[in-house]
Amino acid sequence: MTTQSALDRQSIIVLALLGAAAILVPVLNMAVAPGSPLHLSDHLVPLIGKYVCFALLALSVDLIWGFCGILSLGHGAFFALGGYAMGMYLMRQIGPRGVYADPVLPDFMVFLNWKELPWFWHGIDWLPFAALMVLVVPGVLALVFGWFAFRSRVTGVYLSIITQAMTFALMLAFFRNDMGFGGNNGLTDFKDIVGFPIQSASTRIVLFVLSVAALAGGYLLCRWVVNSKFGKVLVAIRDAESRTRFLGYRVEHYKLAVFTLSAMLAGVAGALYVPQVGIINPSEFAPANSIELVIWVAVGGRGTLAGPILGAFLVNAGKTWFTGVLPEFWLFALGGLFVFVTLLMPRGILGAATDLWAGGARRIKSRPVPETVSQAAE
Amino acid sequence: MTRLRSILQAFVLLIGTISAAMAGPYEEALPKLAADSYADTEAAIAAVAGSGHAQAMNLVEALRDGRLMAAAGRVYIRDAAGPFVDAATGRAVEPPAGAKPVRVNNRVRRAVEAALGSMTLLSPQVETRLDAARAVFRSRDAAALATLEQAIAQESDAGVKMALESARAAILLTKQDASPAEKIAAVETLRARGDQDALGLLSSLPNGTPAEVSEAASKAAGGIRSRLALWSGVQNIWYGISLGSVLLLAAIGLSITFGTMGVINMAHGEMVMIGAYTTFLVQEAIRTYAPGLFGASLFIALPLAFLVAGSIGILIERTVIRFLYGRPLETLLATWGLSLILQQAVRTIFGPTNREVGTPAWMSGALEIGGLSLTYNRIAIVVFAFAVFAALLLVLRYTSLGLYVRAVTQNRRMAGSMGIRTNRIDALAFGLGSGVAGIAGVALSQIDNVSPNLGQGYIIDSFMVVVFGGVGNLWGTLVGAMTLGVANKLLEPYAGAVLGKIVLLIAIILFIQRRPRGLFALKGRAVEA
Repeated sequence: MTTQSALDRQSIIVLALLGAAAILVPVLNMAVAPGSPLHLSDHLVPLIGKYVCFALLALSVDLIWGFCGILSLGHGAFFALGGYAMGMYLMRQIGPRGVYADPVLPDFMVFLNWKELPWFWHGIDWLPFAALMVLVVPGVLALVFGWFAFRSRVTGVYLSIITQAMTFALMLAFFRNDMGFGGNNGLTDFKDIVGFPIQSASTRIVLFVLSVAALAGGYLLCRWVVNSKFGKVLVAIRDAESRTRFLGYRVEHYKLAVFTLSAMLAGVAGALYVPQVGIINPSEFAPANSIELVIWVAVGGRGTLAGPILGAFLVNAGKTWFTGVLPEFWLFALGGLFVFVTLLMPRGILGAATDLWAGGARRIKSRPVPETVSQAAE
Repeated sequence: MTRLRSILQAFVLLIGTISAAMAGPYEEALPKLAADSYADTEAAIAAVAGSGHAQAMNLVEALRDGRLMAAAGRVYIRDAAGPFVDAATGRAVEPPAGAKPVRVNNRVRRAVEAALGSMTLLSPQVETRLDAARAVFRSRDAAALATLEQAIAQESDAGVKMALESARAAILLTKQDASPAEKIAAVETLRARGDQDALGLLSSLPNGTPAEVSEAASKAAGGIRSRLALWSGVQNIWYGISLGSVLLLAAIGLSITFGTMGVINMAHGEMVMIGAYTTFLVQEAIRTYAPGLFGASLFIALPLAFLVAGSIGILIERTVIRFLYGRPLETLLATWGLSLILQQAVRTIFGPTNREVGTPAWMSGALEIGGLSLTYNRIAIVVFAFAVFAALLLVLRYTSLGLYVRAVTQNRRMAGSMGIRTNRIDALAFGLGSGVAGIAGVALSQIDNVSPNLGQGYIIDSFMVVVFGGVGNLWGTLVGAMTLGVANKLLEPYAGAVLGKIVLLIAIILFIQRRPRGLFALKGRAVEA
């Protein structure tokens, strides 16, 4: 990691690309005539918007895994919680237009014969409060969970397993109808967002641009974090946790802070994801999802901030293409990607590219990833 | 169908040869059935039921089902499949012209039911009598009382006698004109029976029951309730042990690989699945080539599943995991990738749907002990899980491989310095863990759906077991599996299956805070990084 106060070349490229996307996608969708080969069809806008949200989610995982060595296999949970907060807001916006036309209760509550709104649904129909919840709910969960985990020095694979247990428990909980979050159907059939119809092309463009802005903001935030003194300590923890502790740093506090920040970023990604795909249900909590998003980071290159963004786009575009053309081969491809990247490209695409760039033609034979130093020392 | 056929055969043998010429009450009754009069039909039913004729049951059942045909003074039983049988001779005949079903009205139907009830209560077959006694217990039909008394007097089988007596008690208790003394005796009988049905009966006495009877009944009901609560507690613990054995089977291989190599094998569940599919293939082969061996199919599948899963495990270790030493998080991701590939490969080869794995005859059925019902396949799995556990314990304790594995688990570098080829031990330990997962798959194929997703369902639970029990210690795995299994099943009645599981997951997450290395953590001087 180079320390530069001004924007380095990588950041400029990332921000330029994001800026270009924020301008090109609306223009190609709205200003270019539908017959033109350059036209971006309406269904592609939310699809790309979805990738942008995934990229932000991948960025949040990279912040803790790539820079602090915490491999969370439950980050999908924070994403889904942010999504649920947004989904609850959108649910309340439906108002009396639901199937049962109840002015207050969402359809599923009428269906379950509930008489009044549960306490945790109050206030969520006010966007600022909903937005606050998008940050607070994942943040508080991460804070509590992380406080317990880091305080007792649960590290490595143990931490990965209990984060997985956490998201699994949440999935089971959200599948229950009594939880008041729509059971296994989740929240869907949204009508509008702050008064604009959610299905309309212009709303989708606005959501897309907002997502890109959030991604750019998240990128800058992460960049600021990892380049600060705080970020230096994080990297030190990743590379040699005990040594950092012996140097007098309160490792737990650093880990807890970055874990909470990362969960909040994931929550924002989820909140932007839900209005674009139009549904949130408990399968977002599935442990498999959380593991899959780790591979986006690994493919792009962890420990670099641009890597996870690249990885999220590449893997998800691949997924869209495979599931459309060769659905039965997608899992082979994904599984192969997991094996290939971990075995042969441990630093991801960006890492490999950087090595090639720096070393010229010199082959760098799977240079050990810094994190492994701490792990290998047992 | 088989019963029908056997009765027919018996009939042909006996009646067809010996008594074709003799006209008993059965034969005399037959023309009445063909007379097309309800009163005659009713009388004929009574006569047939009392005749003790081998064909009688068949005939009354046919009448009930509208399969009794009459034509020109003779009566025929039409089989459900179509062929006609002469009721008098029992021989198959061509369908006679103009045959019409014997008509029934409600009176006749009642007579038919009563006749069937009494015939079955007095049937020579033990099981038929038992079924009939249970049916009377449920219906509490006072009309059956006389037959019941007769049946009790004749009964030689203790179990059936008890069923008959409790049926009589049920009738007496609900019968208006039974004396209080009779009713109290009935309460006593039901208390001795002491199951849920008896409880239901005792706690819903009809109005007008004498006070002393209700008092005795409520006392008996209280006794039954506490007894049932005890049994259901025991039953829950049994379910817990059974679930714990399943978890033990799924987790024990994981514990070995995790313990020796510090490697999280996310493809472990797929090894279980491969074991289950091996069982499926073995059974298919047996069905095709040697159907007689089906009872032994699981025993044939066990070594094969061990070999198949074990070799795949060694293959994985040699081609992937070997290159990821000292990078446990990456191993986790790579094995997850492998699990996706294995799942999809099985889905491509065998299809996404569940495959049918049969249960050998010796594993079906249940053992009844007191208020407990233990199915044989669950008993087999519990026994099997403990057998596997014991075998692994012995392997680790008394073989040189076990010695090396323990040495590597405790201190890899020191073991290497002593001349142990740690690479080779890793491969063998991984193969052993995977092979054990394979034989777990053979067992789990008996209680779970054999589908490509089989392994996924166990992976989180087995991790919980290993993490809870502590790494590198088989006893820890045993205690972890049993604790989780029993706790899960004891929580279920109060919290429901899903909430119980959530509570347990949270409990484990909290537990890891207290003991980050599990219940039976390996003690040593190795310092954490």
